Amino acid sequence: MEEKISLKHTFSVLVANKPGVLTRVAGLFSRRGYNIDSLAVGTTIDPAVSRITLVVEGNERILEQVSKQLNKLIEVKKVIDITDVDTVDRGLFLIKVNAEAKQRQEIISIANIFRAQVVDVGEKSMILEVTGNEEKVDAIQRLLNRYGIIEMVRTGKVVLLRGEKKT
Amino acid sequence: MLGTEALIQCLKSEGVEVLFGIPGGVIIPIFDGLYDSDIRVILTRHEQGAAHAADGYARVTGKVGVCLATSGPGATNLVTGLANAHMDSVPMVAITGQVNTPLIGRDSFQEADITGITMPITKHNYLVKKPQDLPVILKEAFMIARTGRPGPVLVDIPQDISTAEYRFKIPDEVEINGYKPTVIGNKRQIANAAGLIQRAKRPVLYVGGGIIISEAYRELFDLATRINCPVTNTLMGKGAFPETHELSLGMLGMHGTWYANTSISNADLLIAIGVRFDDRVTGKIERFAPKAKIIHIDIDPAEIGKNVQVKTPIVGDAKHIISAILDELDGTPDTSEWIETVNKWKKEHPLSYNMSSSSIPPQYVVEKIYEMTKGDAIIATEVGQNQMWAAQYYKMKLPRKFLSSGGLGTMGYGFPAAIGAQIGAPDKLVIDIAGDGSFMMNIQELATAVCNDIPVKVAVLNNGYLGMVRQWQDMFYNKRYSCTCLKGNPEFAELAKAFGAVGITVNEKDEVEPAINEAMNNGKPTVIDFKVSPEENVMPMVPKLAALDEMIEKYEG
Repeated sequence: MEEKISLKHTFSVLVANKPGVLTRVAGLFSRRGYNIDSLAVGTTIDPAVSRITLVVEGNERILEQVSKQLNKLIEVKKVIDITDVDTVDRGLFLIKVNAEAKQRQEIISIANIFRAQVVDVGEKSMILEVTGNEEKVDAIQRLLNRYGIIEMVRTGKVVLLRGEKKT
Repeated sequence: MLGTEALIQCLKSEGVEVLFGIPGGVIIPIFDGLYDSDIRVILTRHEQGAAHAADGYARVTGKVGVCLATSGPGATNLVTGLANAHMDSVPMVAITGQVNTPLIGRDSFQEADITGITMPITKHNYLVKKPQDLPVILKEAFMIARTGRPGPVLVDIPQDISTAEYRFKIPDEVEINGYKPTVIGNKRQIANAAGLIQRAKRPVLYVGGGIIISEAYRELFDLATRINCPVTNTLMGKGAFPETHELSLGMLGMHGTWYANTSISNADLLIAIGVRFDDRVTGKIERFAPKAKIIHIDIDPAEIGKNVQVKTPIVGDAKHIISAILDELDGTPDTSEWIETVNKWKKEHPLSYNMSSSSIPPQYVVEKIYEMTKGDAIIATEVGQNQMWAAQYYKMKLPRKFLSSGGLGTMGYGFPAAIGAQIGAPDKLVIDIAGDGSFMMNIQELATAVCNDIPVKVAVLNNGYLGMVRQWQDMFYNKRYSCTCLKGNPEFAELAKAFGAVGITVNEKDEVEPAINEAMNNGKPTVIDFKVSPEENVMPMVPKLAALDEMIEKYEG
């Protein structure tokens, strides 16, 4: 009888910048049956350390295990659950949408409202670049749906704490 | 200095005296270096044997066991041994050869991505890519293997690293940023635990392999006797507390004693130390210790709350924490009534088996071995019925004397582990209590025992079946014995003789004692083939998915 309430948590994981680290983290998730919602990996100001930002869905027990099991990996230096702290989070989103000549202006005005950039215009399509948090990306996606989305790609979420504090 | 020479120096500085392994193409340079060194190398006949032997050596001595294999198939043959050590928290370092660095990733001859393969079954692993990294990696590998919750670490060394000429600097110490196992327990939680203990009426100590790893036997003994608390141990915890002591309940779980399981189901406080609430221990988890508050002490924070929710978790080393709890106690609970109840259960529901049949009961063989060795032998087991009978009828007084594949349940573990154990404890009597199915899985190691004069004994409880599976088929699958009958078994005594070992066949009850006696005194590797009752079952049994208090005590078929 597993607790049913499913929550989404964001973890900032500092790891040694060594080959295979991402495999260790990803492998841990697959073999223990945890779900990764979003994943972003990048360097930090310390070249020996990388940051992995993970969004994980699960109940409380699973989320606690995620953090503990991550901590057990030798190359993981630090795991912080930043779900409930004041943060800035962003993702990048590219979306290719059907756009006949007469629809362009309409789409451009939607883009403007969301401060999205038009990065490509074709004969019958446009590509928009959106940055922001998930809600913003979801909202623009909903509006563009009616033109017909040809394809899209989305990065994982990246997060920093507000103020002087470091993760 | 050559890479190989640096490797050997590192091994020596870690105190390694013996290696278990098999050479092959890319690891020839390392074996060549070992040819002149005073580190003993035991050539096994299969790499799985090398891994289990290193494991057995580690369990008996408490040191890091080291095994060695070549790339590709040599390395993949270690996999079961590594998974086994990982599940049972055994400190081990496995060194594998790898193809030359420029050949990696090109599907070269005998190439396998062994670091990729073993990622989930090692505590950590390394592929050495630059010669200068070799000494640091080895130092880290040994540190990781032996500290915190121990486990196996694999170091994959390409051939051109072992043949590289370099000015190696061997570090005295290493530090790994972010790796620092917690040793000292949280003070407030320790005080909470002491409070719970003082107020308990029906406490049970549930102890496991963590006591043995942390060498907390003395502290555990003091705690149990001071608070007058019954102690049940897991399979991995055999020897953590003397099973001959009046407070001992023996093993709990699927094939635990009736009284251990019943005590757990009625306890109001469970003091769990160095255990992980494995499904074979708890049965149906929602009904495990339903009346008890739980104190859980473990060095691995991830074990806390993994399988059960606990009232008082304490992360740290068992030895430190138990001492701290002892210091904190300023009174002891009155458990006399509880002890009386438990003792009554012990008397009314002892382990028992039927002696009346004409064939040899396997339990009788284990009991005889126990009596004749005065409970003082090192016992390795295989997996299945033999393992459970060994656990039930060979009472352990001391730690590091019972070697069994607890987590992974590896058939074929016991015999090579016994070989490793004998090398670690040359003056002790080492007996592998085996089944015919398991013994066949690593029987080639008879050659290792014979040519190294390793006088281990193998007591084969030969029932001609994969006995534990047959038991399940008997009890839960309408006696449909699908693929469990081992027709075609060899005569084990004759086979032993063919290897140059001593072989004895026992067909009758009255031959049991003389056979054990001969094996105990001949100083040679010996196989005794006990032809035991073919359809004996291990009892009691908690059926799969049932709760501990739903155990079947006797089964008549």
